[in-house]
Amino acid sequence: MKKVIIIGYGPAGVTAALYLKRAGLHPLVIGKDLGALEGYDDLVENYYGFPEPVVGSKLIASGVQQAKNLGVDIITDSVISLKQNESGFTLTTTKDSFESETVLLATGKTRQTLNIPGFTKFRGKGISLCATCDGYFYRKKKLAIVGCGAYMEHELEYLNRISNDVTVFTHGNDLTCKIDNPVVSGKIIGFKGAEKITHIVTDDGEYPINGVFIALGIPSSIDFASQLGVVVEKNNIAVDENYQTNIEGLFAAGDIIGGKLQITKSVYDGMQAADAIYNYLKNESKKA
Amino acid sequence: MVFNFTTDNFEKEVLQSDVPVLVDFWATWCSPCLRVTPILEDLVKETGVLFKVGKLDVDAEYEIADQFDIMSIPTMVVFKNGKVHQSMIGVQSKATLKKMLEA
Repeated sequence: MKKVIIIGYGPAGVTAALYLKRAGLHPLVIGKDLGALEGYDDLVENYYGFPEPVVGSKLIASGVQQAKNLGVDIITDSVISLKQNESGFTLTTTKDSFESETVLLATGKTRQTLNIPGFTKFRGKGISLCATCDGYFYRKKKLAIVGCGAYMEHELEYLNRISNDVTVFTHGNDLTCKIDNPVVSGKIIGFKGAEKITHIVTDDGEYPINGVFIALGIPSSIDFASQLGVVVEKNNIAVDENYQTNIEGLFAAGDIIGGKLQITKSVYDGMQAADAIYNYLKNESKKA
Repeated sequence: MVFNFTTDNFEKEVLQSDVPVLVDFWATWCSPCLRVTPILEDLVKETGVLFKVGKLDVDAEYEIADQFDIMSIPTMVVFKNGKVHQSMIGVQSKATLKKMLEA
């Protein structure tokens, strides 16, 4: 059991890791990429301490290196599920599984949304973002799951238990896992229906369906948070003055909590969240 | 107090209520739903008798859930004068719920 796991190694995640490491804790950082600054080849000119503008992606990579040099454990992997257990949280990645007393969500805000006609209209009327929350309403129905990788596979496992008619729609992506369900590989161009959804339209045809579950790419912090019951407002995770969500031990920092989407602000968030997590763990150990 | 709405009391407590009513559609197996109760309790403490706030278990009271086409939980629905006034999917903050009731 870890004391703290940080998801995301952008400015907020790495700064939190630096402060926690220096406070004598041994944070584990799991990140999948450099977030908003991955492939950001533009110059950052407004960050303190650089007389010459610095390439965004390089600045972030330096931050990761800095943490590694300090002895912080950093893993590159994608977290596909985050669940609560009796004493903390269980994280599942594509390769492994970890337990931790506290978790800091610092994944930034790159989020794959489905900008497809009908998506917003049928959200909650046939389209769901959470198989374990909404699957019940679709028992034995004709279902679709949209996705192509480990996250989809994880959600599909649950859907296969409640219906024996689940089709995978890869939305034009290559399937990166092995499954036995039927697969439609066309790109989705629309969701159709009246009050409720009735069809998925792809570029190669129309498919009748009662329910659609979205599990495309990798779940965002917002997805984890929603599935755990964290208050999410206007696509931001709501936190208190201690960077804690409404779930004890679950913290969030950086772009994901809203405010200015700036490196300077994320660095500040990271430091504050580290402090809050340190204090939280200290109080918890006093209680025990 | 946070009410427990059922098929039997829904007509009287919700549809015929004199004040706006917030109904939290939930189920025991839905883990995000379990986070809603403390928020509702806080809300009731703050708003007192201005509004009525309660929960409806979609498993036990599936007739009502079906009637209002609930297909995702938690769903928060505000009823005014016996009609659906506003609804939102997902766990909402106390402030948002209060705004929904006041709107």
